[in-house]
Amino acid sequence: MNKTKQPLFHIVKRGEMPWYFSWGIRAAAIVLALICCGLISTLVTAENPIQIFATIFDGSFGSSRKFMVLLQNTAMLLCIALALTPAFKMRFWNLGGEGQALAGALAAAACMILMKDQPNVVVILCMVVTSILAGALWGLAPAYFKAKFGTSETLFTLMMNYVATQLVAYFSVVWENPKGSGNIGVINPKSMVGWFPEIFGNKYALNIVIVALVAIGMYIYLNYSKHGYEIAVVGESERTARYVGIKVEKIILRTMLISGAICGLAGLLLVGGTNHTLNAAIVDGRGFTAVMVSWLGKFNPIWMVLTSFLLVFLGRGAGEIATDFGLNSSFGDILTGVILFFIIGCEFFINYKISLTKSSKKEEK
Amino acid sequence: MLEAILSFLPRAIAQGIPLLYGSTGEIITQKSGNMNLGIPGVMYVGGICGVIGAFLYEQSLPSPEALNPFLAVLIPTLFCLLSSLLMGLLFCFLTVTLRANQNVTGLAMTTFGVGFGNFFGGSLIKLSGADIPFLALSATSNCFKKTIPGADQLGWFGKLFLNYSFLVYLAVAIALIASFVIKRTRTGLHLRAVGENPNTADAAGINVNRHKYLATCIGCMIAGLGGLYYVMDYAGGIWANDAFGDRGWLAIALVIFTVWRPNVGVLASFLFGGLYILHMYIPSGMNLAVKELYKMIPYVVTIIVLIISSLRNQRDKQPPQALGLPYFREER
Repeated sequence: MNKTKQPLFHIVKRGEMPWYFSWGIRAAAIVLALICCGLISTLVTAENPIQIFATIFDGSFGSSRKFMVLLQNTAMLLCIALALTPAFKMRFWNLGGEGQALAGALAAAACMILMKDQPNVVVILCMVVTSILAGALWGLAPAYFKAKFGTSETLFTLMMNYVATQLVAYFSVVWENPKGSGNIGVINPKSMVGWFPEIFGNKYALNIVIVALVAIGMYIYLNYSKHGYEIAVVGESERTARYVGIKVEKIILRTMLISGAICGLAGLLLVGGTNHTLNAAIVDGRGFTAVMVSWLGKFNPIWMVLTSFLLVFLGRGAGEIATDFGLNSSFGDILTGVILFFIIGCEFFINYKISLTKSSKKEEK
Repeated sequence: MLEAILSFLPRAIAQGIPLLYGSTGEIITQKSGNMNLGIPGVMYVGGICGVIGAFLYEQSLPSPEALNPFLAVLIPTLFCLLSSLLMGLLFCFLTVTLRANQNVTGLAMTTFGVGFGNFFGGSLIKLSGADIPFLALSATSNCFKKTIPGADQLGWFGKLFLNYSFLVYLAVAIALIASFVIKRTRTGLHLRAVGENPNTADAAGINVNRHKYLATCIGCMIAGLGGLYYVMDYAGGIWANDAFGDRGWLAIALVIFTVWRPNVGVLASFLFGGLYILHMYIPSGMNLAVKELYKMIPYVVTIIVLIISSLRNQRDKQPPQALGLPYFREER
């Protein structure tokens, strides 16, 4: 009998499983992550854990203003995540959400600044058109080279982020107000030209409604349209797509056009609806967080609402801990990172099963 | 003119060294088929852990004169290497053992690492009780900055080639060694095989997971040294939050720019360092806006190189074939 070393366990891929099982694992991972975050916070602040979780909730639900900020931030993150999703479904790693949204924001701000004497309706219409076009263009450039020459889109889109950042930094100096500050202050503070109207008596409500519509639209587009089907086929196997007569190049270009356009819309909402100003940090890393939102939500717009809400909720909670206990505001990033590691890791237990290898002695009997 | 070049080149080199560390680390990682987008985070963690080590050591001394230069260098370096190693292990555990998506894991690591750096940086600044928004460890930094004695008296040759601290020469040495190992040794051959086609490598009896773990962890430790060099040498021992900036992403850009060759990376990183500070040397008068456009140059250059390398489609200038894909033996 030859003596080969047998591993203690082996890993098997799971087949289909009921949805509540996989979401049970994810929920368990989130609970574990929260416990871990609570431990870290307790260590750092020497405060009891219940107090810390109370503070996290206070950060999001403490006042109606905080709650609206929570919803607004969730909507913005979700908007960019929705934009990236069709590209990801096609296995096109669009890491350029940041740059595409910045391009949209830049176009919107340009309209507000250069057309400040025009009627409000004209300015807003121009903002909508130019910012969506700018975002689409920013997404189309990597897609064109990917479709034509197979250029790596991961790195191309990543670099486009910094090109956009520097472009915004350039215009921040060109349009600086007041002179010498290097910043564009609030644009048109008196005339409010290009500011989106308030609905329901709240300045964030319009943004939230628009993003909700985009989410529903994206869900239908991905699941019930021919385009959505083509995207899924290209993502599963490019060869199959070619075989059934789908023009892969065309799908890549079209999908990235949509992806970039929605990112541009996110930039528009940030400038026109929320901040009414422009700076290089306006997108605030959402382009990267959105990658994780989309991936954690399994590229399903409905689940993505939940994941983006979760991440923003935790981020705001961690921010509240930081201010309450006099910590550095980067504390939130650490907690977000820890939670992400747990959720990323738990996917393994959903897809695979570890089974102990039966000892070979038993088999001999 | 000579004076201008003599002041520009050493600064470009000093600026390029963190990029060189980062890109050498990332090349080794990518050769094993792992695309580690967490390198910017790793460099932050490496930098801040070096600072923590130096801070603890300086605080433990009865007086600043008692500083032992050897320990002052050794302790931060060990802290930096250990922390980067942990980051590398985390990435490997998630992507190799748990087969998670590499892009998502990498981005999460960058979020975590940058937050980690800024949080502990901010806390140490508070602990030191100063009114200034940064932490100065000049005593430790002076030990890191030791150059060869008398080098600056050797004319232009000394100024250009000999007047650097040991971390600069170490970066160049690591890059050259890495290049040799990847190209000329059996270990390198195995590593490349794993990155190109893990199925074949596995069939040939190469342990795929072990190669991925080793390459990624070593890569992270090298990248972490880049963070250490930046704080201790380039910035003179001064930690200010977010000062390291987006150099980590530039290091990843360099990987493509050098078509996965660390020896090319030596010169390319100096070139990028030069491009990074070019905006200070181009006379633009009072027009501050144009400077922002010049800062775009490294990224635009990278995009152009990326396009050209895919256009020419030479087989020796392509990314490793299995880059970014997880490997599972039972899945074909």
